[in-house]
Amino acid sequence: MNVTLEGETVVALKPVFGYLHRNHEKLAEGMSYLGSMPYTDRLDYICPLTNNWAYALAVEKLAGIEVPERAEYLRVILAELTRIQNHAAFLGFVLGDMGAWGTALMYAFRERERILDFFEELTGARMMVNFMRFGGCRWDTPAGWLEEVRKFVKGVPNFLDEMEKLLVENEILLARLVGVAPLSGKRAIEGGLSGPPLRASGVDYDIRKVDAYGIYSRFRFRIPRGEYGDCYDRFMIRIHEARESVEILKQALDEIPEGPVLNPKIKQRGFRPPPGEVYARLEAPKGELGFHIISDGTDRPYRYRVRPPSLINLTLLEEMCIGAKIADVMVILGSIDIVLGEVDR
Amino acid sequence: MIEELPTRLYAWFLQLLQKIGLPSIIVDIVGAFLIAISTCAVFLALFALTSVLERKILARVQNRLGPNRVGPFGLLQPVADGIKMLIKEDIIPHNADKILHFLAPVLALIPSLLVLAILPYGSNLVPVNLNSGLLYYFAISAIAEIAIFLAGWAGNNKYSVLGAMRAIAQILSYELPLATSALCVALAAGSLSLPQIVQSQNNYLLGLFPNWFLFTPWGLAAGLVFFIAALAETNRSPFDLPEGESELVAGHLTEYSGFKYATFFIAEYVGMFAICALFVTLFLGGWLPPLPFLAFIPSWIWFFAKVCFIAFVMIWIRATLPRMRIDHLLSFAWKFLLPLAFSAFFALLLWHYLGRNILSSLLSFAFIVAAYFALGYPFTQRYSPRKRTYLFSE
Repeated sequence: MNVTLEGETVVALKPVFGYLHRNHEKLAEGMSYLGSMPYTDRLDYICPLTNNWAYALAVEKLAGIEVPERAEYLRVILAELTRIQNHAAFLGFVLGDMGAWGTALMYAFRERERILDFFEELTGARMMVNFMRFGGCRWDTPAGWLEEVRKFVKGVPNFLDEMEKLLVENEILLARLVGVAPLSGKRAIEGGLSGPPLRASGVDYDIRKVDAYGIYSRFRFRIPRGEYGDCYDRFMIRIHEARESVEILKQALDEIPEGPVLNPKIKQRGFRPPPGEVYARLEAPKGELGFHIISDGTDRPYRYRVRPPSLINLTLLEEMCIGAKIADVMVILGSIDIVLGEVDR
Repeated sequence: MIEELPTRLYAWFLQLLQKIGLPSIIVDIVGAFLIAISTCAVFLALFALTSVLERKILARVQNRLGPNRVGPFGLLQPVADGIKMLIKEDIIPHNADKILHFLAPVLALIPSLLVLAILPYGSNLVPVNLNSGLLYYFAISAIAEIAIFLAGWAGNNKYSVLGAMRAIAQILSYELPLATSALCVALAAGSLSLPQIVQSQNNYLLGLFPNWFLFTPWGLAAGLVFFIAALAETNRSPFDLPEGESELVAGHLTEYSGFKYATFFIAEYVGMFAICALFVTLFLGGWLPPLPFLAFIPSWIWFFAKVCFIAFVMIWIRATLPRMRIDHLLSFAWKFLLPLAFSAFFALLLWHYLGRNILSSLLSFAFIVAAYFALGYPFTQRYSPRKRTYLFSE
C-alpha cells in the first residue's frame, strides 16, 4: 500500500498488489479440468475447501452433474467448519494488527488447529486439501470422524462466548473499532463488496440464501447484519456468523445420510464437459467466490476466471481509510479480511 | 547478618585495599566504582533474567511453551541472544547521520543507568543519598526522550521519524501526570529524598497494616496515575506506539541492528526496572516489609521482590491489551490522567489539613471517587457505546 500521510492522518492511499501473482488463471487454461483443482487450494489458503467447492460447483453446473446426497452434506459440513476457522483466525489477526501481542491470536488458533486436524484426518493435508471432485468428494469420512466433529461443534459456542467476553467489552478495543471507517449499505453495494463487510453495512445478502446452492435450502439459519458498517460491526458480524455456522453444522451432522460420496459415472481424469459458458458462485467465508469457465468441448477450459472476494472487497479501501489514522489503516484492512493469495492469484 | 551482607562485603574489600597500602584517594575511587558497577551489574542481570522470563510469561499467557531449548528451562537464552546480537552485522544506512546514529543508543542507555544511583535498595543500601533524589530522577530520565528522537531522526527512514514523533508526543504528555503524582508523595512525605520518603511510610496501622502511600485515598489515585504514566514513559504495551510493529515496522528502532539494537533493548528494560523501583519507593514503601514481623527477611530482598512483582504486572498487561491509538493516547493523558493527578493533589491537601485521620481519609476518598467519575464520564460516553443489536434475517 502506498499511503500518503499528513502527520498521522491518511490523505491518500493506493493499494499496490501483484507481488503474489502466480498466473493461476492462465495456467488453468493449459491444464485438464481436474488439474486445476489442487491449484484452487492456493487461492484463499485460509479456507481451501470452499475454493474447491466453488470450482467443483462451476464445473458441475457446466456439465450438469448430479452430486450424491452424502457428498452434499459433507460439503456443507466442511464449508461451515471452514467458515468457523476462518472467522476464528480473523478475530485473532485483527487483534494482532491492533498490537495485542498475539494473545488473542494464539487462542483463536487453538480452535483453528483443531479444525485443521479434522481436515488433515479427512483429506491428508491441513491446508492444501484438494478434496472436492466433480460430482462429489474424493472419499468418504474415516470411521468416527463425524462423531469427533459433533463433539467439537458442541464446544465452539463456548469458544465464541469466551472470545466475546474477553474482547468485546475492552475499552481499548472499542475505542479502536467503534465508529472507525463506517460504510453505508449503498456505498458497499456500489463498491461491489460481498460477504461479511457487505452484511455489516446492513445489506441482507447472503448467497447461501439467495442462490441456495447445494442443499442450503434445507437448513434453518439466520443471516446477521450490522447497522453502522464500521469496523466494530465488521468484527461482530463474524462472531454472529460463526454462531449460525454452528447451527447449520448441528443440523447437517444430524441429518447426514449413508451412501456414496462420489458420482461414479463421472470420469475425473480426461474430463470433457460439453461446450458452453458458466458462472457459479458460493458464499465463501470472505464473500462471493465465483468461477467463470468457458468450455469448447476439449479437456481444457477455453477461459477460466476467478472472481475473488478479497480483491473486490478492497475497492473501497481508500475511501474508508482517508481521514483515518495510520494505526486505523491496519485495523480497517484487517476488518475487510483479505488473503493476498486470493487478491493476486 | 544477611541484611548487612552487601555493606559488610564492601567495607571488607576497602579494608583489604588499605591493608595492601594503597593511598586513600585511590581506595575512595575504587570504592565509588565498586558501588556503581555492582548496581549496574544487578540491574543488567535482572534485565537478562527478565528478557527470558518475559517471553516465558507471555508464552504461558498465550497458551504455549516459550523458549526452552537453551539451558535448563531456557534460562540460558539471554546468553545465546547476547552472542547473536554481538556477532550480527552492524548496518548503518547509507544516508543516515552516522554520528547521531551511533550516539542515540549510548544516550539511551546512560540515563537509565544513571537514575539507578539514587534509589534506596535497602535500609542502609543507598548508592548516593541525594536530598533531592526525586528531582534528579526526573531530570535524568528526561534525557532518554532525546535519545529516542535522535534514533528516529538519525535513521533517515519514514518509519523511524514517525515513531520518533509519536515517542516525543507520548513521553512529553505522560511526563506531566508522572511528575504531578510523584509530587503528591513528595509533599506528603515532606521530602524529595527517596530514603526519607521510604522512612515516612515506616509505620503500621494498628501495628499490622502497612501505612504505605498506595493505601491512602489520594495515594491510590496518584499511584494509579503514576503506574499508567510509567507504562507510557517506558513505551510498554498498551502504549508501545513508537515501536508499533504492525504499523511502523519497528518505529525508531527500524534502522538499528546488532549490538546497537541490543543497547536500546537494555536501556528500555533497565528504564522499566528503574521506574518500577521508583513506584515501589514512592507508593509501596520501598524496602519495608508488608507486615512488621516479617522484618527478619532482609530489606533489599523485599525491595527486589516488590520490583519484580510490579515488573510482572507490566508484562501481564503487555500480554493482555491491544495498542492504543495516538489521538486516544494523548486525550487520555491530557483530559483524564493529568486532571486526576491534580485532584489527587487536592485530595492530599484535604487529607493532610483535616488531620490525617479516618474522617479526612473518607472525605478525600469521596473527593477522588467523584473526580474519577466526573473525569471518566466523557470517556465512558465516547468509548463504550450503547449495546448494539444485530438484525437477523431468516
